[in-house]
Amino acid sequence: MIHRKETIAMLLAGGQGSRLYALTSNIAKPAVTFGGKYRIIDFPLSNCINSGIDTVGVLTQYQPLVLNEYIGNGQPWDLDRTYGGVHVLPPYQAKKKSEWYKGTANAIYQNLHFINRYDPENVVILSGDHIYKMDYAAMVDFHNEHNADCTIAVIQVPMKEASRFGIMTADENGKIVEFEEKPKAPKSDLASMGIYVFRKDVLERYLIEDEADPKSSNDFGKNIIPNMLRDGKCMMAYRFEGYWKDVGTIDSLWHANMDLIGENPAMDLFDPPWPIHSRNPIEPPQFIAEEASVENSMLGGGCRVYGTVVNSLLSSGVTIGRGAVIRDSVIFANTVIGDGCVVDHSIIDENVVIEKDCKIGLPLKDKSKIAVIGRDCVVKEGSILLDDTMMEVDD
Amino acid sequence: MSTVGIIFTNLHGKNVPELVRLRTMGSVPFAGRYRLVDFVLSNMVNSGVTKVGIITKYNYQSLMYHVGSGKEWDLARKNGGLIMLPPYGAPTNDRLYSTRLEALKGVMGFLNRCKEEYVIMSDCDKVFNIDLDKAIEQHKATNADITLVYRRAVLTREEASQLSIIRTGEDGRVNELLVRPNLAGELDHLVNVVILRRQLLVTLVADAISHGFKSFEMDILAANTSRMRIFGYQYEGYYADLNSLAAYFKCSMDLLNEEVIDALFGQENRPIYTKVKDSPPTKYSANAKVKNSFIADGCYIEGTVENCILFRGVKIGKGAVVKNCILMQDTCIGADAELDCVISDKNVYVKDRRKLAGCETLPFFIAKGSMV
Repeated sequence: MIHRKETIAMLLAGGQGSRLYALTSNIAKPAVTFGGKYRIIDFPLSNCINSGIDTVGVLTQYQPLVLNEYIGNGQPWDLDRTYGGVHVLPPYQAKKKSEWYKGTANAIYQNLHFINRYDPENVVILSGDHIYKMDYAAMVDFHNEHNADCTIAVIQVPMKEASRFGIMTADENGKIVEFEEKPKAPKSDLASMGIYVFRKDVLERYLIEDEADPKSSNDFGKNIIPNMLRDGKCMMAYRFEGYWKDVGTIDSLWHANMDLIGENPAMDLFDPPWPIHSRNPIEPPQFIAEEASVENSMLGGGCRVYGTVVNSLLSSGVTIGRGAVIRDSVIFANTVIGDGCVVDHSIIDENVVIEKDCKIGLPLKDKSKIAVIGRDCVVKEGSILLDDTMMEVDD
Repeated sequence: MSTVGIIFTNLHGKNVPELVRLRTMGSVPFAGRYRLVDFVLSNMVNSGVTKVGIITKYNYQSLMYHVGSGKEWDLARKNGGLIMLPPYGAPTNDRLYSTRLEALKGVMGFLNRCKEEYVIMSDCDKVFNIDLDKAIEQHKATNADITLVYRRAVLTREEASQLSIIRTGEDGRVNELLVRPNLAGELDHLVNVVILRRQLLVTLVADAISHGFKSFEMDILAANTSRMRIFGYQYEGYYADLNSLAAYFKCSMDLLNEEVIDALFGQENRPIYTKVKDSPPTKYSANAKVKNSFIADGCYIEGTVENCILFRGVKIGKGAVVKNCILMQDTCIGADAELDCVISDKNVYVKDRRKLAGCETLPFFIAKGSMV
């Protein structure tokens, strides 16, 4: 039975996130910890529910176990619904064939039956790679007002960075006239954010056509968008102004975390009108000991701090030992940092044990690179790991 | 073995009138993000109880909002679950009940409809993390009619006069129960957790009604120590009795100790659940100076905080110095304010440069929503 929804969202969460190295060895990128208590996927999911979109398909593929368990029935984001709600959509074995998702467009193509269960007017395509707050309803309104077949959210980027993005050239009404993927000589500074609104019937037609083309990469940016442009479809650029940060590399993940602290943070999590929901761990309040010192940092529940924490973010259940000093670092959940350790400019994953008197990374002021310790690692007492370390538990 | 829980949320409120003016005893905030009922509910669900009736009398709006559907305790269920039991009585009786026995009379319908074999009854004024499975095991092993959970402690005359004291034989059987006696020294006092067969409870309450009895402790427990097999189960572990504002202050300050935090919140397989709020992680500014404090999520600290308990969403302004305080949810302390031994209820606003001080035996209490 069809239960109609006007707009549904499809969230592409299947990528490997290989540029996060140890942090995504065992989990999908959207499940990576961010901002002390969140996972990257909390941002697009919260944006959906805050925008009034209550039906979201999350397309997973790479290492989805932690992500699937985290999403669960969607209750933390009010996406646990009788009709609609959040649904995890992995690749599956069908009667005639079974295949992994070949590309972003193929992933949506393989889930057309899911979309058609809700017979929506419009489909919002999102990725789970970015940190931002956005009202998708405003973008859909813009899309409907202009009778667009496809609307692409764009953000202004510095011209010297433009070659890294898909660049849109739009006329004075916002209609897209040209699109170039990572151009060497960019003609405009409007970058595609990878957020699309499609009219469902138009999307369906192009996905079916694209699937039939054996030469296609089955990708939105490389195939679907250019094909629609070529056919003269009505494509609009929706300008977004606000914080939008890619967290696909170690550096950008670290920077985005640092954007949360400070007196006037670039991304302010203390924002009642646009809450970011997440699945909360069950932890008591944090304990800051007599000999501890915490400055310019953010700490999650259940932390126990006996040492010094400066310019850092700690997730839930992190223990910082006596005399330990943590600077300019991001520590994920339940990690224990022993007495006397010094941790500089690092990202330490979940459940890591750093025994006492270790030295990890080099100070930020020395223009060091970020040291990364992967989940479940144990760093033996007295170890010295310089910056640019990438440590992982061997299988 | 099926057990239903009954929680009394309105008893003992007279002891801390400041905190109970507009809420039930069970709704009293404690330990940075909990309410007293959380400990009781968690103790019950941690021993496998899947149906809990919460008896309320008045001012239970915030309690209902807090426990909601019971989801956080896995009590949002098709079978069993959390059931609120607001006052219920004959139409001619428009006086609310005033004793435990009268409250039980009011929930006879609920008790009769339950199919569970055992009942655990608990009050909300004491804070501890107890393994009720062990108490239930002992109840069955001793073939007891009623098991009373107690604690052995050295009590002053004043402390003992607020409690019920039991005297047990070698085998743990209760020989005597003294309600609010004039005694001092090492005594076994009840912690207001009682285990018995549901059918027996129903019979006892019905019997009490027909005899016009008034007090559960005196008329049912104390009067029947020889006729019924009443046993004591000793609880040993961290325990907080919030029976005055000064006691509330002292027990809160107990939390500034890793061992107490572990005793309450670090018990394996027995976590304390509470209502979830999506607050951001607590933020410390570059000028924050925090020592020896227990701090919940969503706070923003720009000043000095020492020996404090901060609940969710508390803001400490620049240059403010806050020592030995308990600041409840969403309290906002202005810039350069100085506070010592202050307990502030929710949503209190203390303006810039204000100086407020109490002492441990008489903390300065600021009522909910006040602007100072």
